[in-house]
This record gives sequence, C-alpha cells and structure tokens, in this order.
Amino acid sequence: MREISVNRIRDEIEEMFIEANFHLPEDQIMALTEALKAEDSDIGREVIELLLKNAEIARLEKIPICQDTGIATVFLEIGQDVHFVDGSLEDAIYEGVRRAYKHGYLRGSCCDPMTRTNTGDNTPPIIHERIVLGDKVKIIAFPKGGGSENYSEVRVFTPADGIEGVKSFVVEMVAKGGPNPCPPITIGIGIGGNLESAPLLAKEALLISYGKRNPDLFLAKLEIEILTEVNKLGIGPQGYGGRITALDVHIKAMPCHIASFPVAVAIQCHAHRFKEKII
Amino acid sequence: MQNAKWIKTPLQDKVIENLRVGDKVFLSGRIFTARDAAHKRFMEILDRAGELPIKLSGEVIYYCGPTPSPPGKIIGACGPTTSSRMDSYTPRLLSMGLKGMIGKGKRSETVQKAIVENKAVYFAALGGAGALLSKFVVSSQIVAFEDLGPEAIFMLEVREMPLFVANDIYGGDLYVSGIEKYKIL
Repeated sequence: MREISVNRIRDEIEEMFIEANFHLPEDQIMALTEALKAEDSDIGREVIELLLKNAEIARLEKIPICQDTGIATVFLEIGQDVHFVDGSLEDAIYEGVRRAYKHGYLRGSCCDPMTRTNTGDNTPPIIHERIVLGDKVKIIAFPKGGGSENYSEVRVFTPADGIEGVKSFVVEMVAKGGPNPCPPITIGIGIGGNLESAPLLAKEALLISYGKRNPDLFLAKLEIEILTEVNKLGIGPQGYGGRITALDVHIKAMPCHIASFPVAVAIQCHAHRFKEKII
Repeated sequence: MQNAKWIKTPLQDKVIENLRVGDKVFLSGRIFTARDAAHKRFMEILDRAGELPIKLSGEVIYYCGPTPSPPGKIIGACGPTTSSRMDSYTPRLLSMGLKGMIGKGKRSETVQKAIVENKAVYFAALGGAGALLSKFVVSSQIVAFEDLGPEAIFMLEVREMPLFVANDIYGGDLYVSGIEKYKIL
C-alpha cells in the first residue's frame, strides 16, 4: 500500500491545467508542421504558419493558446495499491481546477446549462477514473474547448449499418462542422461498448499520439481511409479551403451487444492541448 | 483573393462597398465584444423596448469572450468564437445599424441576406489563435453586463487586427468559394 496525499493531486492538477493551456504539445506542433508541408492552399499554409506562431507566443509570453481554456476534463488511472490520505480526492481535484483557472488567469467556461450563469471558477470538472494494477496514479489534464465539442456526437447504429455506416457518420460530422470546430482537427472515434462508453472511447482516442496507428490492422486501415475521405472535403485550415481538414484519426474499439453498433465521434480543434503525468 | 486593405471603425458605407470576400483586412479602432449570453440579453432588452447599453449604429461586434487579463497586461487570449451561434440574433442587430461582425465560421443564409440588405460586413478572425490576436489589442475595458464574466461587453481598441472578409455586400461567402476549390468529388 502506498499513501498519496490528495494535496499532491490538487497541486499537480493546478500545474497541469496551467501548463496545458500555455504549451501546445510537441506532438501537435509536429502535426501542424507536417500539415504545413502537405497543404496546397496558400491561405491554408498562411493559417498554419500563424497557428504555429500563436503557439510560440503563448509559450513565451504566457498567454493562453486560445481564449477557450476549456471544460476541465480529468482522466485518472489509479493503481489499486494506492491509498489517498488527507481528505477527499474529488474535492482535491475540484480545488486544483479552481486554483489553475484563478492563478493561471484562465477563462471560466463552465455555466449552468439552463440559466447559463457562469460557475465562476470553471468547476465542476469532468472526472473519469479507472482502477488499474500497481501503486501509481496516472493523471491526464485535458482542457476541452466548446467549439469542437459542438460537432461531436454518439449514435447507436445497427449491425447492418456496418463499416460504411461509421465512415459516412464521421464524414457527415466533419462536413457539418465545416470551419466551426477550428480545423485542422483531430478526430477520435469510439466504436462498440454502449451508449455511454462509446463517447469515452472516442475521447480516449484523441489522447493517442499523432501518427500512431491502432495495433489492429483492420482498424489501422480504417483510420487511414477515414482520414483520406475527410481530407477530400476541401474544408482546409480554418475552413478557408484546403487539403488538410484533419491532421489525424484515431479509433478505439471494444466489444458491444449483438444487437447494437454504437459509434461516437469526438472532434478536437487544432489547439489540441493536454498534459499527462504519472506519480 | 487577398488584396490587403487597412480600414478603421466606425465603418463607413464607402469602405464596406470596397470590401470583397477573401480580402485581407487590417482593422483599427473601437470594437465591442459580445457572445451568446450578451446577445440573449440584448434581445430581452429589445423585447421590452428598452435601450441597449451600447449604440450599435456604425459599430463592429466581435464574438469573443477573452481570458482574464493578468496584472500588467491589456487583455488575455482573445480569439473569435463560432459566429453561427449568434445567427438567430444577428438580423435584428443589423437592422439597427450594426455594420460589422468579427467571428469564425459560416453564417446562415438569413444572416448573409441581412448583411447585403443592411450594407454590412462579416470578417473572419483566426480561430484558436487567442494569444496572437491579443497582440493587436491596445486597450480594453468592460462597458456593460459585467455580471456575465467572460461574456461581458468589452470595448476594445484594436490596431491593425488581421482579418479576412468572409461575407460582403455582394453576397460572396469565403466559406463556400474556398472549399469549392479544394473539394475532391
């Protein structure tokens, strides 16, 4: 049994959300740099150059990459030999988010769904926990913007809809979003499970490294096929027209009910920010 | 495409007449931020025949909710939000004399028609480039709806803010012409 103070989790959460909002991950910089080489459209290339410049200004001058500093989403993998001490883990995560958004001068982007009154401190965060083997805790701080979330969706298809159903669903969602989710986007696809697990798989798929293919060869091929189809839409960087609408497509799949075929599409903007740490 | 033009607010009709879809524009002068919550409140005020806290005639609205300004800084990150969420409110504001809007993404047919009818213009700013766009803001102050937090109305003074003309008075649409060129059927 390993004891971990929840105060440490709180402090890590604070630091990670601040870091995520100022530092675009190297992976994403690489993705944009490669897109710059592949883009045919002049205006598209100009956009990507400015996005890279934006990331540099954000990092050097400590200005958030985007004013949408996101809904604070936290993924935790907790080793089953960990014992949290010094209070409630959930309270500590809330406090870490509260401090990050206050001390980092990040925008509170969370409101009551009906009255639309801002909660003021960007709480509550969305927390996903998994219990795993070991005595470590893996934390992912993922500030998720609203513009791209608005073009994400889950649908429960029937088995007869098949792979073509998945492909046309993804292309439909990207076409519907057009310029709005801030392309070049990254697409996470969750296949299988049920109504609540498919979107979670899609979100987890967004956290896979740029260029890394699914170990299942069939799914790896499907990722490439969907990326190719999506990039035929011509939406391009910022929707001004171009070849690079999406930077990458990642699929995560799991078994599902014999009657169902759940599919979720999670769209992420070009400011694909998250921070990962193991303690 | 991409004729660079330097323009100032308030926008004069002759300036608007000279703008074409795809033009690169450097905008200077006073603009007002307003996004979802502020627009909703505008409509509530107008529905009860009240007076808006800002005069819209000749002005430009920027669909933006900036991050809080750290000490010593004029403003935080301040890129555009998705304009289409304001589409249902926009024709009413255009009929009241609003001349320009800055945001990101495509507008509805109704808004595009209202832009033509009211001789206005819609500019696209670079979405997700909040740090970069903050460099063009020379002053910032909250002028209304402070209780809305990031959705309050900020009066910004901008200097040579880089934009593209997305909808002009001739019915052009940057988000159609650009995509048509690169679409593979």
